[in-house]
Amino acid sequence: MAMLSFEGKYRVRGGTLVGGDLFDFWWGPFYVGFFGVTTVFFSLLGTLLILYGASLGHTWNVWRINIAPPDLSYGLAFAPIKEGGLWQAITICAIGAFCSWALRQVEISRKLGMGYHVPFAFSVAIFAYVALEVIRPVLMGSWGYAFPYGILSHLDWVSNTGYQYLHFHYNPAHMLAVSFFFTTTLALSLHGSLVLSAANPAKGEAMKTAEHENTFFRDIIGYSIGTLGIHRLGLFLALSAGFWSAICIIISGPFWTAGWPAWWGWWLNLPIWK
Amino acid sequence: MTDKIEGEGDDAKMVSDKVDTGKGVLFPVALVVVAGGTLLGISALRGMDRPPVVGVQRGFRGTAMDQIYNPRTINALASQLKIPKSLPPASPDGIKAAVAYKNVQVLKNLSVAQFTRLMVSLTNWVAPKQGCAYCHNVANMAWDGLYTKVVARRMIQMTQNINQNWQSHVQNVGVTCYTCHGGNPVPKNIWFNSPGQIAATGAAETQTAMAHPSGVINDSSLPYDPFTPYLEQASDIRVQGTTALPTDNLHSIKQTEGTYALMIHFGQALGVNCTYCHNTESFGDWSRSSPARVNAWYGIRMVRDVNNAYMNSLHDVFPAYRKGELGDNAKVNCTTCHQGLFKPLYGVSMVQTFPELRTTQTAVLASATPSAAPTLAEAPAAPPMQPAGPTPATAPHS
Repeated sequence: MAMLSFEGKYRVRGGTLVGGDLFDFWWGPFYVGFFGVTTVFFSLLGTLLILYGASLGHTWNVWRINIAPPDLSYGLAFAPIKEGGLWQAITICAIGAFCSWALRQVEISRKLGMGYHVPFAFSVAIFAYVALEVIRPVLMGSWGYAFPYGILSHLDWVSNTGYQYLHFHYNPAHMLAVSFFFTTTLALSLHGSLVLSAANPAKGEAMKTAEHENTFFRDIIGYSIGTLGIHRLGLFLALSAGFWSAICIIISGPFWTAGWPAWWGWWLNLPIWK
Repeated sequence: MTDKIEGEGDDAKMVSDKVDTGKGVLFPVALVVVAGGTLLGISALRGMDRPPVVGVQRGFRGTAMDQIYNPRTINALASQLKIPKSLPPASPDGIKAAVAYKNVQVLKNLSVAQFTRLMVSLTNWVAPKQGCAYCHNVANMAWDGLYTKVVARRMIQMTQNINQNWQSHVQNVGVTCYTCHGGNPVPKNIWFNSPGQIAATGAAETQTAMAHPSGVINDSSLPYDPFTPYLEQASDIRVQGTTALPTDNLHSIKQTEGTYALMIHFGQALGVNCTYCHNTESFGDWSRSSPARVNAWYGIRMVRDVNNAYMNSLHDVFPAYRKGELGDNAKVNCTTCHQGLFKPLYGVSMVQTFPELRTTQTAVLASATPSAAPTLAEAPAAPPMQPAGPTPATAPHS
């Protein structure tokens, strides 16, 4: 595969975390590295286990394939392979693959001499997954509290888990997470539309610059966060959304067993208006 | 690269210069915000649970149809629960109550011993502190002048009706007076029609009897009186459409919120969450619901029957001070019996040792028996049981 003219500049040795030079090479356009190998290993194994799990199930309908965690009665022990053990093995593979991918991002960042923004951001997504499948089940004492692997079945899990707390929209961390998700899409749509507008002027006009962009928003809302700032803000909003998502499910169960509406009793009971 | 970093340094310096100029105001403001936030945070986190928690799985693994409990809360609830021991059974032989006493209308064919045992038990269950005099004029036990006596008679009929005709809900566990009263003359959990708030209607309607937090609806901002429409009247609870697209489902959001409030009341009353009855994948689909939902369906009908045929029939009997703001009499909901437990009294069946409360036949049988025997009209002015006053050691709350 042909390299782009500038690619050679970035294909530098070193920066690996483990294994030294052993896997420090490229396969076509792809950097391999130790963690590339482990990523492929865990992804392949996990995918094959999912296929095996599907073959044990009652359907090959891709929407309805379901690989469920063990019964609550198994606690945090290993379960027989056909009664949730498969789910446990797949979860190990998933975490192995996700973490390998994040560490591969670290190695690439080191090669490029850039900050760890990318692996950090991806780590927040991994944290949200681990919160659901490991942290919360461990805090509650059973793998059975984790969500099953299946397109529809995991959505049913979300619905029932929400209704375990009567009305999940009253979960304060869920409120924060949802607000951050919406704000992320708002901020990045404002940003995207601004860039597209500046970069696609009417026929015959010159392309606009960052100063035009700043001026536009200063005119509209009296402030422009700037070309660098919008990306920092976007990252902050997006990561906050993922982070508070993780928090909102970690507290549901381990730290709150009643309906979420009742949590707001502290607000209703503030001495100002009680 | 280096240039840029220097540029950033300049920016940072400029910002800090700006902050310096406003320092005099910013610092106290920041202090107040931080201190206030901390106080709010502490009060918000104070009442929260902590691991370990316990779960009860009620569906296929991975469906999250689980009941989640804090074992410390459950243990505290269980330790508060006191179930009085039944008095030893009384002999059915001997003279019948209808014959021995004046004005016995319901428990006619009980023997005097059985009748007395039930009366003593009833006192323990309902008025342990007040004793016989809570319902009776002890100088003339047959007198119906006290409203409590008339209510008690109707409540005995209600208990019999529940145990005989609503086995679909109470099953063989049944109920006694103690199920709801728990040693209180007025059960702790009753309700009245809500007078509501003064509000605009029609196009200007902004408030739909909502957003006034109440414990019965988990302090949510859902309608705060889900009882009048669903547990006294028989408004439509099923609002969910049965088709993928909203083709012919005319139920409104307001109706849906009413249903939601009622369902939250069920959860509060039984100490369970929505998945106790429903697989929320499809609330209305019976084939995906738990068997408990069938029981709840009968429970709704039973409560309506209790409220209309029994509680409301006593409307003119209750004195004004026992009535609600709208002048209506007290009514029951799920909490009246369940009191936060998935089965009242955790499923302990007190009625097993009170067969007379399990059938409405006590009166019929008696009237079938010709009352040829001379009625001891004067006899029971003084009851065969002990006089009014605190009753024996079986009192639930000694």
